[in-house]
Amino acid sequence: MVKIKYKCKIIYEKHNKKSANLTTPLCVLAPPPLFTLLKRFQRMQGFFPTSTDGNMATEFHNLQELRHSASLANKVFIQRDYSEGTTCKFQTKFPSELESRIERTLFEDTVKTLNNFYAEAEKIGGQSYLEGCLACVTAYLIFLCMETRYEKVLKKIAKYIQEQNEKIYAPRGLLITDPIERGMRVIEISIYEDRGSSSSSSGSSSVSGSTAR
Amino acid sequence: MRECEYSQISTRSSTPMETPYKKRTPKKRKWEAFPGRNKFYCDGRIMMAKQTGVFYLTLFLILVTCGLFFTFDCPFLALQLTPIIPVVGGALFLFVLGTLLRTSFSDPGVLPRATPDEAADLERQIDVANGSTGYRPPPRTKEILINGQTVKLKYCFTCKIFRPPRASHCSLCDNCVERFDHHCPWVGNCVGRRNYRFFYMFILSLSFLTIFIFAFVITHIILRKWLSFMRQTHTPAGCVLAVVVCFFSVWSIVGLSGFHTYLISSNQTTNEDIKGSWSSKRGKDNFNPYSYGNIVTNCCAALCGPLPPSETLNRQLFTDRLIPIPVLFIDP
Repeated sequence: MVKIKYKCKIIYEKHNKKSANLTTPLCVLAPPPLFTLLKRFQRMQGFFPTSTDGNMATEFHNLQELRHSASLANKVFIQRDYSEGTTCKFQTKFPSELESRIERTLFEDTVKTLNNFYAEAEKIGGQSYLEGCLACVTAYLIFLCMETRYEKVLKKIAKYIQEQNEKIYAPRGLLITDPIERGMRVIEISIYEDRGSSSSSSGSSSVSGSTAR
Repeated sequence: MRECEYSQISTRSSTPMETPYKKRTPKKRKWEAFPGRNKFYCDGRIMMAKQTGVFYLTLFLILVTCGLFFTFDCPFLALQLTPIIPVVGGALFLFVLGTLLRTSFSDPGVLPRATPDEAADLERQIDVANGSTGYRPPPRTKEILINGQTVKLKYCFTCKIFRPPRASHCSLCDNCVERFDHHCPWVGNCVGRRNYRFFYMFILSLSFLTIFIFAFVITHIILRKWLSFMRQTHTPAGCVLAVVVCFFSVWSIVGLSGFHTYLISSNQTTNEDIKGSWSSKRGKDNFNPYSYGNIVTNCCAALCGPLPPSETLNRQLFTDRLIPIPVLFIDP
């Protein structure tokens, strides 16, 4: 029996050069899925022509397979926690949909870290007063050329979410969306499922074929 | 070998799968598909309400009054009294203009509408909470506890969200706005969480400017009258016009800035004050859960607190149409 594991790589694209904090997972790239491996194996056996000009077409085919091999099964939304006022804070309650996918502590750590980031961004203290007064003196025009502390923290958050996605969530078939993309109302967690998981037995034989290539 | 193959997928140049996404107007930004009734300029950098006629009137009045003051009164006052007067007046004028433009052109704190998935999820939650009994669906509200005070969150049927505390739907702009204060036609925008401090500084500085101009135009007229005993001169018509404009606007502007000073010191919004959300008439233990408890902290938090970012992401490109895809894979 072969152990089934999610393994993938996420490519992020900056939406524009100026605000690099607004990153969304653009597409997740993964090692060739079962179907492709099987095809490749068959090609080696002589089932398919191996001409070089046909390479483009097969690549296209592979990509299509890649896109279809995982599908969005469900989305979980972590709602805001308003108990301490309107500062940005998310509920740390563990959603039951994720029970089979991820450990409770890992999830709670992520949400707590995010909450700490937001608390840092919205903290009212010496630094924010200084920034506010400086901005006020310049009729708030300084913000046209200087980024606020909040924006700096948002960049940190985007980076943190990207890291967490790559390290923890994507390998489990999950993806977090940056709350800023959803108006800071929710943390959206997408759950992915494999469509072609039934073909796992045939795939196991092809793995050796691909590694030999 | 394998890595090379992945990168072939990731490069967005040659693979045929990418071309449809490239063809789809690559420069399209989020503001172009904005669902609310707003106007955008400068490729989404400037966001205003649909009706901006009164805003131009405001701008016109300020420019004309200041123009009259600087052309007719300032040369005389600088010569007869001190050149500091035009300098201070100019600085105040620039400050007023800067804050006015910031108020009018920035996003007031619009909450983006729910995505279809989020709306469906909420819908499910509401159905579970209500059960599917009865003919008429119960009102969609959610009660939460904020700092010990019960607050009712209403469901917004346009934005498909439970409005966060202090948010309200602006009927003119058709958006939910965070910490909604009011829709101000004079600045041609809603006043909310993101531009309230700009708005407050605008009305405060404008009341100073109006008082300043009013005082010095009157000084000018009196001085000229006094001097005209010796020389035959008469007050220019421009001065009289400036006095008239200032006289009629000064009361409302000073009154408004006084009212907003009171609101800021008690950490309320105009919306909450009008509704009397936290007034003791509603109940003995009714209090404002957002107040920090002392006037100084409330003022500092409202005016010098961290400036929240825009959540509409108007300038964002539509590249997130590409769906993220983790893929099942057998580990060899």
